[in-house]
Amino acid sequence: MNLWQKYVRPSSVKEAVQALVSAPPPAVPIAGGTDLMLDLKQGRHAPVHTLIDLTFVDEMKRLELRGNELFIGAAVAVNRVAADPLVAAHAQALVEAANLIAGPQVRNAATIGGNVAHALPAADGTIALTALNAQAEVASPEGTRRMPFTALFAGPGKSSLDKSREIIVGFYLPQARKGQASCFKRIMRPQGVALPILNCSVWLEREGDLFKEVRVAVGPGGSTPFRAAEAEAFLRGKPLTEENFSGALEALLAQAKFRTSARRASADYRRHIVGGLFKDALETAWGRAA
Amino acid sequence: MTNKINLTVNGVNKTFESLPGETLASLLRMRLHLTGTKIGCEEAECGACTVLVDGEPTMSCVYPAERADGKTIVTIEGLAQRVHEEMKLHPLQEAFVEHGAVQCGFCIPGQIMTAYALLKRNPNPTSEEIRFALKDTLCRCAGYPSIERAIIAAAQALRTGEPVQKPTHIPDSARGGSHKAVGHKFHRPEAVEKVTGAAIYTDDIVLDGMLFAKVKRAMIPHGFLKKLDISKAKALPGVAAVLTAEDIPGEKNHGLVVYDWPILVGLGERVRYVGDALAIVAAETQAIAEEAVSLIEAEFDLQPVVTNAVMAKQDGAPQLHEKGNLLKHIKVRKGDMDKGFAEADVILEHTFHTPPNDHAFIEPECSIAEPLPDGRMNIYVGSQIPYQDRAQVARALGWEESRVRVIGQLMGGGFGGKEDIMGQIHSAMLANVTQRPVKLLFDRQESLIVHPKRHATQITVKVGAKKDGRIVAMQTELYGDTGAYASLGEKVMTRATTHSAGPYDIEHVRADCYAMYTNNPPAGAFRGFGVLQSAFAVESMMDMLAEKLGMDRIQLRRMNALRVGSVTNTGQVLRDSVGLTECIDKVEAEMKRLDPDPFTPKVDPANPNLVRVWGFAAAYKNTGLGGGAPDISGADVELYEDGTFQVRSSAAELGQGLVTVMRLVVSEELGVTPDKVSVLVMDTDLTPNGGPTTASRQTFVTGNASRLAAKTLRDQISATMAEKYDVRPEQIRFEDGIVHVNGHSMTFAEVYKEMTAAGQKPCVRYEYEAPKTQPLGAGGDMHFAFSFAAQAAQIELNKLTGEVRVLKVISANDVGMAINPLGLQGQVEGGVMMGLGHCLTEEFIVEDGQVVTDRLARYRVPGIMLTPEITSIIVEHPVEAGPYGAKGVGEVSSIPTIPAITNAIYNAVGVRVDKLPVDQELIARQLWEREGK
Repeated sequence: MNLWQKYVRPSSVKEAVQALVSAPPPAVPIAGGTDLMLDLKQGRHAPVHTLIDLTFVDEMKRLELRGNELFIGAAVAVNRVAADPLVAAHAQALVEAANLIAGPQVRNAATIGGNVAHALPAADGTIALTALNAQAEVASPEGTRRMPFTALFAGPGKSSLDKSREIIVGFYLPQARKGQASCFKRIMRPQGVALPILNCSVWLEREGDLFKEVRVAVGPGGSTPFRAAEAEAFLRGKPLTEENFSGALEALLAQAKFRTSARRASADYRRHIVGGLFKDALETAWGRAA
Repeated sequence: MTNKINLTVNGVNKTFESLPGETLASLLRMRLHLTGTKIGCEEAECGACTVLVDGEPTMSCVYPAERADGKTIVTIEGLAQRVHEEMKLHPLQEAFVEHGAVQCGFCIPGQIMTAYALLKRNPNPTSEEIRFALKDTLCRCAGYPSIERAIIAAAQALRTGEPVQKPTHIPDSARGGSHKAVGHKFHRPEAVEKVTGAAIYTDDIVLDGMLFAKVKRAMIPHGFLKKLDISKAKALPGVAAVLTAEDIPGEKNHGLVVYDWPILVGLGERVRYVGDALAIVAAETQAIAEEAVSLIEAEFDLQPVVTNAVMAKQDGAPQLHEKGNLLKHIKVRKGDMDKGFAEADVILEHTFHTPPNDHAFIEPECSIAEPLPDGRMNIYVGSQIPYQDRAQVARALGWEESRVRVIGQLMGGGFGGKEDIMGQIHSAMLANVTQRPVKLLFDRQESLIVHPKRHATQITVKVGAKKDGRIVAMQTELYGDTGAYASLGEKVMTRATTHSAGPYDIEHVRADCYAMYTNNPPAGAFRGFGVLQSAFAVESMMDMLAEKLGMDRIQLRRMNALRVGSVTNTGQVLRDSVGLTECIDKVEAEMKRLDPDPFTPKVDPANPNLVRVWGFAAAYKNTGLGGGAPDISGADVELYEDGTFQVRSSAAELGQGLVTVMRLVVSEELGVTPDKVSVLVMDTDLTPNGGPTTASRQTFVTGNASRLAAKTLRDQISATMAEKYDVRPEQIRFEDGIVHVNGHSMTFAEVYKEMTAAGQKPCVRYEYEAPKTQPLGAGGDMHFAFSFAAQAAQIELNKLTGEVRVLKVISANDVGMAINPLGLQGQVEGGVMMGLGHCLTEEFIVEDGQVVTDRLARYRVPGIMLTPEITSIIVEHPVEAGPYGAKGVGEVSSIPTIPAITNAIYNAVGVRVDKLPVDQELIARQLWEREGK
């Protein structure tokens, strides 16, 4: 039982989409492959006929400034994201998340697009991109289109894209301006699958000692990447004080739907520790924005 | 349609036709025969398969070969340079050898490649940067501190162009004295091949015409096999044989003590755990074998599942074996419990639980059976008991033992997990039928499901003490889950029971243990051999008792510690070699040097949620089989024509360093440098029986056999020379590779000529038998030696999240004599890390008989990021019968770590961990419930 029969290496987005719709099925795109290969080997994914390797697609491997945005191709390796000075300058939360995804060897192969494509509500890269208000570029046989990052997610492990004809090309992030900063933090347990108990990313813009704008993402805080919109609204226009933090945390706890994950964490435990994590991320980002 | 793959490997351009489903690891290993790249898990978890792809360290096991098109690959074989005729090691390779970072060696190619990539982009990495880069390159021998030091030394050599600095922090034995070899630092004989990728492990062997095997497992925990249809598998093209229980030529069961484990479960017979084998397949390729197994259909009459030892003992529990569920009721009796507890001022009782653990050696099980034209069979395997493998394979085939030759291979870790038969009989049966070589390699999932684990236990300790701290009574009740089959369950749980009162001299002791069969994977030998579990219970209890008495916990241990003259709970008078109080004193002194008030938690000024504090524990562990079992090892020492020696024994080298011990002992006795002594182990045709490699026994027994064989050979040489030169044998001296006879100086090459001219073959076999022991209950010496240890662990605990990190461990071990200080360092570091793993990261989960943790990704073993600073203190109280006074260390070094950590957790926040592994959520929950929020 070979895990795949045919391996194709398109060099453009157009070729990749074309291969996806025309290759003998089942055809599946492979980016880093660090998850897909395991799914194939361990029988969670049935053997496929065609693997379409996206890592030879030049456009998907670009990482560059485009106008007032930062573009990160979906096939850019996680370690490159972690090490790139542009990402450090404009999306520090993503650097921090990228440095925590899996281990160093895996990060050299795994891609930022792959981290998102699995649609896990607590993937480290996903949570950072959520707080950074990314947009996704998606290609289909009809062409490419942009969509809000959070629209990629339909449910836990469920992408809103049509996997038989659509691929994520890359992500656009707004360039950071003075007074803006971000941060990513997480809490793990040492046993079992290396998924975070909880992760949290904060992006904010300061106007002196006030929050001009703030975005808070927490994973897993719902079935799709969770934005603590109530907490954000509470903080907007206020200074960072103990009292205001407590109010924001209260709003976050009221809105988030923490669940119990077997062998990882109970909902109670998540509710108990989220405050410390949120505070840590918020204060760090606040300090950076000064 | 295939694509071309054009790639550069170690500087050479190659082109291949692509193959469906091929990974880069497979291309390198199978098509280029670059077997230095190892496969440990195929899950991108262990890092053994790391190679550089365009300079970036990459897991080749999940990397499609076709993606490597146009890329430059460097493997471990590409690092050493050929300079003229000599191989010049890369400084990293040299540093790994010199610093003792190489143990079993299986992970080493991955470690070195990962480190190589790091040094390319960062020539002067900090400790933190090294740890970050090596986070996911696992070493189960866990020589992480040595690996880190080796990388720092290599980086320095690369920057300065100076030679690699040798380790300076590892002292020679204080008892080295006049010795030139033993007690001094020498690297292991096979270290160089292990760092260049030249070392061959079983799966690296390819024989002509070899078939590949796969086992059909029951995958149900309990039931009767109603139907087994192998017809579709047999009909699959490429399948050479499909065998079932009916095809076993000889005895149907195997086992190490009790023959209760079916080689294959037959129709109508009972399946007792998920890993039970129903059928075996040999095919032209691994993929065909796997497909054939998937075509085998089995039906069962399912039975209720016995999930734990306590349930197994209850009335009405399904009975799993003819004799019932009780493998053994083990009893220890000393004194009078009623009297003891009546005398006590304080009585405490508590129950503890420990889970199963997996050895998680990075090399999964592999065996190759090769039928020979003369009717014999070779078995290539990394096994801890080669002669047992021979006996068991022969028994299953219905052959004389001499028809089977076990050729032991380098072993990528064992830790007790490679004592039982795994694939050896299956590959032999298939080879016998097909008359072709057959390789049976377990994948990681099969390894996790099938081989015996550490026993899960429930241990209740009741202790009684006087106000002044003198312990007068200790009563324990243990349940041990030995799973579906006995394996070494009786022996393991006996050790758990006899050590359950701790290393203390107590007048009234009673212990009862029930070793029970269940429908869980079998439990057997695992470093620590039951004592890890009971030490967790009793050492937790010692801290609880100290608190209750308001007494210093170290003083409590010191007051009750075993000493020379003490009587153990099995009635053994300790006559010599009891270094426990010295271990306790030295650990205490070092800990208090770092923190004069070690048990009072210190809050981190920068983060009030973080507290740091120390915990303490002591331990002891027998060396050798004991309990009345004859403990014998044989060794040959031979002088060759070129003046070099070889020492041979079928004792196993699994990374622990026995081969170094054998080499040093022989070079010491014969007055030659260690490089003049080669070592051959684990070949049942060529090496005498060294017995099982278990119970920390090999340094003692095979060390002695090697020493006495060498000494006897020396005596023979002396006698021959004395006669020839007409001097007294005592006048002949062996020094610096030269034999001095009455003014003549002779090389060993000349000695060889003289000996053979005198009609003597300069080869001696010595069969050493350790001092006799007595069975449990008989009183007297149950063991011929014990090793002792104490450890202190400093932890950092987060009061909000319950997270625990171990910062420092001080480990003192009484080893009698440090024959091989470099290897000893590895045993100490690895022992601490294994204890730390069991305490914090490793949780082997079985639910209703099904293994949940059937992937390395779910069963986490500790990596370099979790490695604390480890300080090793060597204590040497020689045991008279040991070689140069040495006794075992492999197990005792891992035993006190768990309670040292859990005691520190209590000291930090007052939460008593009584169930392993530590659950951070449970700690956090207890803290928030206590504070009422």
